[in-house]
Amino acid sequence: MEEKEIIPVPDEQQEYVINMGPQHPSTHGVLRLLVSLKGEMVKNIQPHVGYIHSGIEKMCESMTYTQIIHLTDRMDYISAHINNEAVCLNVEKALEVDIPDRVKVIRTIMSELTRLQSHQLWWACFGMDLGGLTCFFYGLRDREKILDIFEETCGGRMIVSYNCPGGLMYDIHPNFQKRVKDFIKYFRKILPEYDQLLTGNVIFHERTKGIGKLTKEDAISFGVTGPTGRASGFSCDIRKHEPYSAYDRVQFKEILFTEGDTFHRYVARIEEMWESMNIIEQLIDNIPEGQFAVKMKPVIKLPEGEYYQRVETARGELGVFVISDGNKNPFRVKFRSPNFSNLSVLNHIAKGFKIADLVAIGGSLDLIIPDIDR
Amino acid sequence: MRSIINYLKEIILGVWSLLKGMKVTGSYFFRPGTIITQKYPSNRKDLVMFDRFKGEVVMPHNEKNEHKCTGCGICELNCPNGTIEIISKTIITEDGKKKRAIDKHIYRLGMCTFCALCVKTCPSNALAFSQKFEHAVFNRALLIKTLNKPGSQLMKGVE
Repeated sequence: MEEKEIIPVPDEQQEYVINMGPQHPSTHGVLRLLVSLKGEMVKNIQPHVGYIHSGIEKMCESMTYTQIIHLTDRMDYISAHINNEAVCLNVEKALEVDIPDRVKVIRTIMSELTRLQSHQLWWACFGMDLGGLTCFFYGLRDREKILDIFEETCGGRMIVSYNCPGGLMYDIHPNFQKRVKDFIKYFRKILPEYDQLLTGNVIFHERTKGIGKLTKEDAISFGVTGPTGRASGFSCDIRKHEPYSAYDRVQFKEILFTEGDTFHRYVARIEEMWESMNIIEQLIDNIPEGQFAVKMKPVIKLPEGEYYQRVETARGELGVFVISDGNKNPFRVKFRSPNFSNLSVLNHIAKGFKIADLVAIGGSLDLIIPDIDR
Repeated sequence: MRSIINYLKEIILGVWSLLKGMKVTGSYFFRPGTIITQKYPSNRKDLVMFDRFKGEVVMPHNEKNEHKCTGCGICELNCPNGTIEIISKTIITEDGKKKRAIDKHIYRLGMCTFCALCVKTCPSNALAFSQKFEHAVFNRALLIKTLNKPGSQLMKGVE
């Protein structure tokens, strides 16, 4: 047997490669990051996706347009309602159906409630990732109140399936308005507590300020959207630029920062919670009377063609692209999911930071793994 | 000198920010009324779910053991993942005509995604959601349920 000569690698070229995930508490799902380390410094990150691939896009091809709705719930399960809305808006746009004002307003309120509960859960988990376990309990405590509102009106807590092409599954519950108003009143008192607990905390500042800087140019070239992109100064709020549902009749401001570090991604989401509450308050008293759904045909067939609709989920821009060949099933469905693009930027911004910063940066991107793999 | 002052200032402000956070957590310590933890298994008796809560699909029967299901199969068609299967039979009505009726309405709870399409699209409102949420069983076969009760019949007046 021929003996091979072992050439020693020089010290400065040596890398220590570890797996972060697929089972890791800070990846919030089955995301596997192949992290190359030099000591404690991150040199390279290679995300491996596909552990929870469920073939949703392919499954959509064998389902009718009403059945697709329940699948989109399971993509980004924290902002399920907004995903449903995206598909419904696309189908309605293709069929040129006029949606009653009541539906539009209720959808907007529900979307904003979804955004609120999503940011609450993110706040809870982000605090926990950085070592503040109390945040987790407080965040989930307040989220529970929104989930109760969902449960009363939609019948589900996270997986709501409340939209259907042409409107809503059922009308709102008689208690809905009162409950939402109570919640807003309660949460306006609670949100400053979040600030006292975490935003002002000196340890939190040290761990997030200046960490994982993302410039505006990079945000645009990587396609980073949502609060992550807006923290870098990339004005990408679909609600503002291409208003859908009832967003054209409410006043709200787009949260923009220029710093683009982890701390400002955090502040952007906290500010968005305030804005969401403003939007809900403007609409909750003026829900117009009318039908909660338009009568649609039992089997919906889209005319031949290609349709695209984008909405702003809690994490960024969700695009739904449908090719129809005139049958009851779509020929092809493609989801442009915000998390996939947001994940792609991770290597770029976490390079050169410590491995503990990687947890903070990954947390601030707010990744939902089934939406990446879908 | 200035750097020392800044250093001390940072320490004091840092400790102050920690104290501010601890004030929030400490205040909850003295307000036990704000605790929302439910003692779940022991409060089972007075735990009421919301009316619309999607627990599992059931077929309501009246006191005469009659249901509203005509066996049309629309729920089976609309179900996205084959949860529902309808086995129909032909019966002969009182006036001697042949008619389709359900033999078994099979519902596989383990496959159900609670999208509510079956309940919503049922033309005769035969299906409903129950508020039961404790579905765990030891045997997978128990998750396959027959919704119509044995010996049940179609309610009069439902076509």
